[in-house]
Order: sequence, then C-alpha cells, then structure tokens
Amino acid sequence: MQYKSQAVAKPYFIAAIALFAGQILFGLIMGLQYVVGDFLFPAIPFNVARMVHTNLLIVWLLFGFMGGAYYLIPEETETELYSPKLALALFWIFLVAGALTIVGYLTVPYATLAQITGNDILETMGREFLEQPLITKVGIVVVALAFLFNISMTVLKGRKTAISLVLLMGLWGLAVMFLFSFYNPDNLVLDKFYWWWVVHLWVEGVWELILGALLAFVLIKVTGVDREVIEKWLYVIITLTLVTGIIGTGHHYFWIGTPGYWQWWGSIFSALEPIPFFAMTVFAFNMVNRRRREHPNKAATLWALGTGVMAFLGAGVWGFLHTLAPVNYYTHGTQITAAHGHMAFYGAYAMVVLCIISYAMPVLRGRAANPNKSQVLEMWSFWLMTVSMVFITLFLTAAGILQVWLQRFSDAPQAFMQVQDQVSLFYWMREWAGVVFLIGLIAYIASFFVKGEQEAAAA
Amino acid sequence: MSGTFTKSMARNVFYGGTVFFILLFLALTFDSMQTLPKRDNRQALTEQVAHGKKLWETNNCIGCHTLLGEGAYFAPELGNVYVRRGPDFIKAWIQSQPTGTPGRRQMPQFNFSDEELDALVAFLKYSSEIDTNNWPPNVEG
Repeated sequence: MQYKSQAVAKPYFIAAIALFAGQILFGLIMGLQYVVGDFLFPAIPFNVARMVHTNLLIVWLLFGFMGGAYYLIPEETETELYSPKLALALFWIFLVAGALTIVGYLTVPYATLAQITGNDILETMGREFLEQPLITKVGIVVVALAFLFNISMTVLKGRKTAISLVLLMGLWGLAVMFLFSFYNPDNLVLDKFYWWWVVHLWVEGVWELILGALLAFVLIKVTGVDREVIEKWLYVIITLTLVTGIIGTGHHYFWIGTPGYWQWWGSIFSALEPIPFFAMTVFAFNMVNRRRREHPNKAATLWALGTGVMAFLGAGVWGFLHTLAPVNYYTHGTQITAAHGHMAFYGAYAMVVLCIISYAMPVLRGRAANPNKSQVLEMWSFWLMTVSMVFITLFLTAAGILQVWLQRFSDAPQAFMQVQDQVSLFYWMREWAGVVFLIGLIAYIASFFVKGEQEAAAA
Repeated sequence: MSGTFTKSMARNVFYGGTVFFILLFLALTFDSMQTLPKRDNRQALTEQVAHGKKLWETNNCIGCHTLLGEGAYFAPELGNVYVRRGPDFIKAWIQSQPTGTPGRRQMPQFNFSDEELDALVAFLKYSSEIDTNNWPPNVEG
C-alpha cells in the first residue's frame, strides 16, 4: 500500500461483499416465488423481496464505488486522503442507515414505513428502485456530498490525472442525478420522465464513467501499459458512452405518454450504445496483450477482461436486442427486460467492483497478490458466477420470447398468469442457475480465507 | 489509434461531445414538455387520482406489477387494467386477496376502505387514458 489512508477502502469492500451475499439470497427467494407462488407468503411478499434485492444491489455497488475511490484516489493524486476519519465515519453512517432501511422493509408493512418516515412531507417512495424512505434518501445525499467533498479536496491538493477526473465526474454526476428522486409530481408521465433521469442517466451515463475509471486504473496497474495510452482510450470510451447514452434515454420514452419522435431518437442513439462497451472489451484485451509486466494477481486481470466482455454482452448485445421501437413495442416490460437487467448489472457494475476489490484487497492485506491456491479458487468463483449468469439470462430470454409470443404477438393473446404458467420450466431452470451462482459466490467469499505459501510476498 | 490522435484531443472531443448532446437532450426535453399537455391526460388529474397514485406508491404496487410497462414482471400490467377488467372487478379483486390457492402467486390484503378503492380505480382509469402511442399491443397488457 503506497498511502496509509487507502486502508479506509477495506471496510467498504467487506461491506460490499456482505450486502452482495444478501442480494443473492433474496434473488433466490424471488426466483422460487416465480414458480412456488406462495413461498414465504405472507412473511416476505414478492414486492418486499424485490425491493430488498434491488436496493441491496444499488447499495453494495455504491459501497464498492466509494471503496474503489478511496483506494484509487490517493495513488492517482499521489497524496493522502483529505480526511480518512471522515471516510470511516461515513462508512458507519451509510452502513447503519442502509441496514435500518432493509430492516424497515422486512419488518414493517411498506405503507406503515412510509407513514412513520415522513413520506407525507415529501412523497418520494414507492417508485421502482427509489423505494427508500425520505430520511434514507436525504441520508444518501448527505453521505454522498460529504464523500465527494473528501474526494474532491484530495484531488485538489494532489496530482490531477485523467482517471481521477473521470472518476470524480462520474461520482458528482451520480450525486446530482439522484436529486431527481425527490421530484415526484402527481402527473404520472412527468413522474416517469424524470425518474429515468436518475435510473437511466445513472446506469447508462455517469456510472459508466466510474466503471471506465476503475477499469483503466486496474489495467494500468496489472499491465504496466503507458498511462497516456490508457487514458486516451478512457476518454474515447466515455465520449462514446455519453454521446450515445444521453439521447439514448429516449428508448425509455416510447410508451409512457411522451411524444412519438422519441421512438426515432431513442432507437437510433440507443442502437449505438453497444459501441462504447465493445470499445471497452477491445481496450481491455488490447492492454493485456500489450502488457509490459507479469503482475502476480492473475485473478484481477481475469475480472478486468471479464468486465469488458460481460458488459458488452449484457448491456450492449442484450440491450440492443430489444431497444428498437418496433421490437420494444412487443417486448417492453417482459422477461426480456429482466434478462437484460441481470446480465447488464452483473457484467458492467458487479464485475467492475469485484475487479477493483480483487486488485486492491490483497494490497490492503499487505501483499501484491493472493497466494496461488486462493487465486485459483477466486477464478473458479469467477467462472461459476459468470457462466451461471449467462444461463440465467438465456433462460429469462427464452421465457421472455415465449411470453411475447403468447401474450403480445399472437392472434389470440392469452392472459398474463396463463402465460406465466406455461413458461414455468424456464423459471425453474433460472432458479437452478441461481443456485450455481450462489455456489460461485460462496467460493468467492471462501477464497479470502485460503492461505498459501506465497503469503510472504510483500506488496 | 494512431500517434497523431493525442490524449488532449480525446479529452476535448469528450467535453465538446458531451456538452453538445446534453444541450440537445435538454432541447428535446423542452419540446416534450410543450407537447405533453396534449398527451398525458393531465385534465383528468383530480384530487382523487392524486390520492390513488399515493396509495399505489405507498403500497409498493410497482414491486410486483408493471405500469405502462415499467416495474416488476411478477404480476400483470396495470396501465390498461381499467380497460381490461373494469372498475367493479378491480375493486372486488383487491378485496378478495390473497386467494390462498396453494402454489399460486399471492397478492397481500391491503385493507383499503371504499374511498381508497375508488381512488385507486380513479388513478388506474387516468393511467389508461394516457396517450401511450398505442401500447400495449393488446388488452392483455
């Protein structure tokens, strides 16, 4: 570890992995509820499990981004963090607030939770992914601003690299776009229109800046390729991201009451959205092929390459599959959307966080890389999780195609639940693929506890 | 990439491109806001509809259902449920939950008053009258 204050990243990474495990457990519960509808009812209704599943995802990724920033920024800026104490305090505030929110979801009916947490003061709850009580949302803003203050002050006093500037833009963008979660008009169309300014402009906008910066940082470290080359690529990739992704928001404005011209803008620009992800894959492979050193951390290199490939498949290819308006007319809001969502989030964001953890955690534990046995187990977990996610996506896609055919496209369209019964085989297979994912996750966690002879190798 | 394309050129293209497309997006947003009054059924927005939307939100209906195709994919689309089922069926359905049929997906009992049920129906009627460019393809949602 080059800078003492980088150590604050460690609790962030540990929390991220713990919450990730929680997310997967609730995913398995929901997957089972898809086929055994009354499983755990009424203790954990599907909507509660889903809220926990998606909110844990967002929170663990945020922990990963923040941990990644705390690790990366001192090295990039060549200076200690502005305030490691603030970083640790924010960790505990964010963790406790997040835990209380999840406990609230699970123990109190949602309507009661809304009432006791002041939803009547400003109604923001009950919208997909933004289910958090008002106090939690305010807490997120406060934590984000304090975090950004800490990071920005560090960058201001140190070396300003492209990687740290891009990361900073991504993180500021994340915080600024989240402010739209406080705007919830009675008019449903306006509500939905600006809801996407949080959701789409996060995941297909500013989050990709964070993704690019984290990936570029790891690639510099593990390949030893010249910074000028890597940072040039980074700028090209994020240019492509924002040029396609901002107007690409239009692919959500096809059927929610917005003007018809969005079908053109949204289709054309979002059809280009795979390009930055393709560039990212080419970038990662190119840099690894041109490597000037053999970094002992093979697992981190694997995660970096995997991020490029899976982000391209999940976000790029599976996004393109249903993004053109004439196709989306039939696929909108079906299991096709769910298939895309799963592989895109895993391939782009889960994997990049696991990548920075894979690179940074050994260093935080006082070694350049984990012992060989530990890395082998981590690489097993990589393949188990990644391959099972591919299968989850394929099964959901199959279910989605059948659903579209029976419910939307047919001359004699059938009712929703009637169709769901007919595609249940695919839901069962998805659930089993989910079990394999859990096994991969257990292997991943276990890899942190594997000891071996190389442990003496100093960082 | 060739040697003549430098990092600072890439950076300038990034800033220029991003600013241009942000402005274009804002312009399209501005135009959408001018057009929406003709499409979004705002004339039907009553106190009752607003109350219905609040009930929709504070009971996390979106956690299972879709509304205009957005939400969870566990339960039927409700943007057009008013057209598909009509007001009386919707109220009776909500009141009779959960069905308790073994193995079937279950919807919780929310204990709504008659006034709340009417508000929810009003919200769903309002939603069904938004101009969605003819989506969904058929009444099954």
